[in-house]
Amino acid sequence: MTHAAHEPMTDAGQPVARKRVPDSRRRRVVRRLLRDRVTLVCGTVLLLILLMGIFAPFIAPYDPYEARMPMRLKPVGTEGHLLGTDELGRDMLSRLIHGTRLSLAMGFLPVALATILGGTFGLIAGYAGGRWGMLIMRTMDVFYAFPSVLLAVAISGALGAGLLNAIVAMTLVFIPPVARVTETVTAQVRAQDYIEAARATGAGAYRIVTGHLLGNVLAPVLIYASSLISVSIVIASGLSFLGLGVRPPQAEWGLMLNTLRPAFYAAPMIAILPGLMIFLTSMCFNFLSDGLRNATEVKI
Amino acid sequence: MYFFIARRLLYTVPIALGVSIICFSLIHLAPGDPLSAMLPENASPDTIADIRAAYGFDKPVPVQYALWLGKVLTGDLGNSIINSQPVADQVLIAVGNTMILAALAVALGFLVGTVSGIVAGYHNGCLADRSITGVAITGISVPNYWLGMILIIVFAVNLRVLPAAGIGTAGGSPFALETWRHALLPALAMSVIPAGIISRSVRGAVAEVLRQEYVQTLHGKGLRRRKVFLHVVKNASPTAMAIMGLQFAQLLGGSILVETVFSWPGAGFLLNAAIFTRDLPLLLGTILVLALFFVVTNLLVDILQLLVEPRLKRA
Repeated sequence: MTHAAHEPMTDAGQPVARKRVPDSRRRRVVRRLLRDRVTLVCGTVLLLILLMGIFAPFIAPYDPYEARMPMRLKPVGTEGHLLGTDELGRDMLSRLIHGTRLSLAMGFLPVALATILGGTFGLIAGYAGGRWGMLIMRTMDVFYAFPSVLLAVAISGALGAGLLNAIVAMTLVFIPPVARVTETVTAQVRAQDYIEAARATGAGAYRIVTGHLLGNVLAPVLIYASSLISVSIVIASGLSFLGLGVRPPQAEWGLMLNTLRPAFYAAPMIAILPGLMIFLTSMCFNFLSDGLRNATEVKI
Repeated sequence: MYFFIARRLLYTVPIALGVSIICFSLIHLAPGDPLSAMLPENASPDTIADIRAAYGFDKPVPVQYALWLGKVLTGDLGNSIINSQPVADQVLIAVGNTMILAALAVALGFLVGTVSGIVAGYHNGCLADRSITGVAITGISVPNYWLGMILIIVFAVNLRVLPAAGIGTAGGSPFALETWRHALLPALAMSVIPAGIISRSVRGAVAEVLRQEYVQTLHGKGLRRRKVFLHVVKNASPTAMAIMGLQFAQLLGGSILVETVFSWPGAGFLLNAAIFTRDLPLLLGTILVLALFFVVTNLLVDILQLLVEPRLKRA
């Protein structure tokens, strides 16, 4: 995991690390993960969900947008429609399969963008410190002063409904926590002796950050970010549920939950299906992230 | 210690100012004319200019911000564009209603979270710990608005024991049983995430305290298990309290989804209405008040933690 362990050690100056087998830590992490059954099961389920999204057009039995009013709200188990039909007679199974694409994207993209942006801010603030670090972190504090759901709703409410606006809003929500974690980790790593040693050998800031710092900061930050994906999936589908995210007739789990609300008393079993998918995905991401954290022994 | 409280209080001022700037900028981020919701389509340019001046939209943005901030400091959040009522009155009533939900949800979450967290912490690594941790992670993953829908189907539609929507005939009075009966299902839906988070934090805190040497000393000098337990709880409580405070604050601002499902006339419901009618003064006022509540709650949590945790006084 650590870059320093793979380098020839000439300027890292870590006599203890030199004695170890180069990739023993990575092997230890993999061994722990393979023993952790819950994490393995959740990882497999997520992989299947991902494949389902990628190959949606080939797996889905019907066109997810084809409405047939005579076939409205057929119950689960109807012949030809395994999971029934929605309020416009569209096949639920096909819509759930196609919904994987947007729902996963809306869970993943904001976290990825926020990790890149927030990580950069945190790295600068943690490494440079001083006035610039102060300025960045105090700005983050102000965004931190909003409850996360409120901030997401407020920003996408102000920008207007739409997929892109929802992603922008959620990215802004996740930048401050990622920046804060990155800053803390960076400051800790910066205080290590091997950074001091690297500086003593005359390495510049760029060399130290890319060669010695980044490799040691990345693992904890990525593990923290992985725990945000489930939050992102739940909040993103919540935005769509409010009518602030994806717009009809798109297939997205949160939006499906929203458009099925009027049918909620007539066909409760159909109406809860999209939520079940959100719950399942978010739960698997949480267990996976927890397993990764335990296996790598990262404490955040 | 008083020095730290004073410093913490002082630090709240720039944060609150920053919050007001973000809230105000949000309104100027909004695409479209803020007045479009109230003007008829065939309004003459003169009328538009008059109303623009009446609401102060004709001045430069920094001036608008300064004027707005001056009014906010006197408690005036302007009037709603849709129904011309003072925003401050509407927001305060709504926040009061939301507080009923948030308080009940945090109380439920705290009860479940601390008990399960203490059990898990005491049985660190055992089956009990692993099952509780698993349930806690599951709880954190639940989309609470979806859980709310399921609770309605089970308790309101099938069993018919609890009301499905609204706040009841008492109009949200916290002294009426009717209000709490209506609050039970939404609060239950909202409590699942805090319960999971509190459980995990308490588990961590208890396991950490049990690793300390002084616990061994307490056992060694012959103290009964029950007495040792009191020491453990006392040392783990600051963490639990801090988490509870933060969760309460998160729920105040994050109740919008559950309130929409249950038609609960709280702050989230108001926010939803403000967004879809493009009532910008109401939107701005609601976000500002909720964010300031969050800031103040965080402040109180920090001060309270300082009071119960003597070790922090010296830090």
